[in-house]
Amino acid sequence: MAADKHYKSLMKSMFLIGVVVPLIPMVLVSGIILYQSRVSYKKEIRAHLEEVIQKSTEHIDRFLEDKLADISMMADTFNFQQLTDEFFLVEMLNRLQKHYGHVFSDLEVIDDEGVRVAYAGPHKSENPRHLKTDWYREAMSTGYVISHMPSGLADIPFIIIAVRKNKMEKDWVLRTGIDRDVFSRVVKETVTGRGGSAFIIDRDGQYQVGSIHHIDHGERSLMDFLGITEGARDIFMVQRTDGSGHKNIYVTGFLKGGDWALVYYQRASEAFSGLIKTEMIALTVILIVGLLIVANTLSLSKKMLRRIQQADKEKQKRSEQMFQTGKLASIGELAAGIAHEINNPVAIMVEEAGWIDDLLEEEEFQESKNLGEFRRALRQIRTQGERCKEITHKLLSFARKTDSRIETIRLNELIEDMVTISAKRARFSGIIINMEIKKDLPPIEVSPTELQQVLLNLINNALDAMEKKGGILSISARLEEDHVVIEVSDDGVGIPEDNISQIFDPFFTTKPVGKGTGLGLSICYGIIKKLGGEISVRSVIDKGSTFCIRLPLKGSGKNNVEEASRILNSQQ
Amino acid sequence: MHNIKVLLVDDEREFSETLIKRMKKRNVDITGVRGGEEALQTLDQSPIDVVILDVRMPGMDGIETLRALKKRHPLIEVIMLTGHASVEVAVQGMEFGAFDYLMKPMQIDDLLYKIQDAHQQKIIQEQKIDNIKRMTSGRE
Repeated sequence: MAADKHYKSLMKSMFLIGVVVPLIPMVLVSGIILYQSRVSYKKEIRAHLEEVIQKSTEHIDRFLEDKLADISMMADTFNFQQLTDEFFLVEMLNRLQKHYGHVFSDLEVIDDEGVRVAYAGPHKSENPRHLKTDWYREAMSTGYVISHMPSGLADIPFIIIAVRKNKMEKDWVLRTGIDRDVFSRVVKETVTGRGGSAFIIDRDGQYQVGSIHHIDHGERSLMDFLGITEGARDIFMVQRTDGSGHKNIYVTGFLKGGDWALVYYQRASEAFSGLIKTEMIALTVILIVGLLIVANTLSLSKKMLRRIQQADKEKQKRSEQMFQTGKLASIGELAAGIAHEINNPVAIMVEEAGWIDDLLEEEEFQESKNLGEFRRALRQIRTQGERCKEITHKLLSFARKTDSRIETIRLNELIEDMVTISAKRARFSGIIINMEIKKDLPPIEVSPTELQQVLLNLINNALDAMEKKGGILSISARLEEDHVVIEVSDDGVGIPEDNISQIFDPFFTTKPVGKGTGLGLSICYGIIKKLGGEISVRSVIDKGSTFCIRLPLKGSGKNNVEEASRILNSQQ
Repeated sequence: MHNIKVLLVDDEREFSETLIKRMKKRNVDITGVRGGEEALQTLDQSPIDVVILDVRMPGMDGIETLRALKKRHPLIEVIMLTGHASVEVAVQGMEFGAFDYLMKPMQIDDLLYKIQDAHQQKIIQEQKIDNIKRMTSGRE
């Protein structure tokens, strides 16, 4: 139905407006706030992490430089002869180890040919040649070295620290190895308590120390994955999704003059756990508020829709009633016109017929063999004239004030009177009248003349409906709260559904031409409305019809009477 | 009936002509006029017993004519003719002193009876007036 569609779209737009209008600013404002707080929180985290890395690189650098300084001081303090004395060298190692723990794993003195001159440490049995190694070359050329791992020294992964010294035109080198575990611990210490891990790689992406095993950089090279470029020197942070789908942040700082990169990494969810928690709470609140708005709007718009529907229904009902009243009023106007315009010519016709009748009395016509026919025809004209008069008079009951004085009457007597009047006709048609009238009906304020007219009309209609095969006419009256309900039922032919809606319309009739004016029920309708009541009909074909009148006990119809007569008078 | 002088006031020529013919056939002394003013003029010139007055007329309508007529000739009886069943007009007419009213189309016999009754009423009224006059003159 079009109306349903209309209500649906109305509901939809009410709901949408109700939801969208408060939601848009809410989402916008909270979105902006969330975004801003996320940005500043991330900035803060980043700054913090960068500071940590900065400190760590400095710490590691200092550690290595300290060790270099230790070795350098030893080479300066003692001469080549002393240091090549293996007992002395062992003594030195012992002292260093005693002082620093097992940071220094060994000590070695190498001549300018790259040959071991003296050694103190766990790998005594080996006699390696160092001439070709990178660290040896670098030490010889620059004077010192802190080597990458692996150092190429007997596959033992430790950091080599070496210094070159000069003895009578001949260079020699003092080398020590930094224990990998110790160094690893130093690296680890710098980032402990943060939840992440750290490792060191060199410029070529070669792993040096720390925990790298969580990094799944997939097909990309590690350097590319971490975003380390050739000339990078400053600390930077990247966020990457690793091969196993985890989002991590990677903070890279450089140490050892840029040779090494210290990479700190952590699960993003962990690093930003505070932010995520805040966001979750905010989103939950927003969601709850949103749901509340939606639910509230839904119930509100449903309520409003119901109101609108009800108002529409009432409006429609009112306009239908107005329409019916208007129809009756215009019928009143029309009736008055018809009475004037038709009645006069009819009067003339009847008069002329009367004149012919008069003339027929004269002698010359008395002989005519058609005299009887003439008289019959004239009688017919008179009868039909009377019929016209009757119709116009009935029509005029719309325009005319009938006796509509309101009196307090006993309904039982009134109905019984009407049934008595109709009883004779009912008997002729073989119809039984069945009365079910409650004895304790209170007095009712109506116009008795008008109510009689209504009842007589309904009874006559019922009798008409059962004229051919007889039946039972039931009249009941009962009290329903402050209304009296009168029902007139027949088990006659019934009313086709198509006609039900028009049954109270003026001039609507299903009776044969000349039998009914189609005014009876519309007059009834007008009267009952005037009395402040309702009249309705229900009918089933071949089962019968029931007309139901509801009348208020107290004269609530008084205003309506005035209203109706005002309308009718204004039409005259 | 021939001694009753009747005046028919009706604007509708066809109706009044036929009615007059029928009345004359029944030996009623009847004349017809078209409207209120004409009726009042006629009444001033010739004596009339009963006036049959149509309610709806152009110009001076039935009620106005009735009032003017009763003012000048209170003893003349008036029978109102209405083209429609306007009870208000009928009641108004009676209030202004009409003898009776009839609805068109009417039976000619009904009209005749009413004319006779009206005439009878007029005679009674006149007799009463005569009596009073006689009584007052006797006293003098």
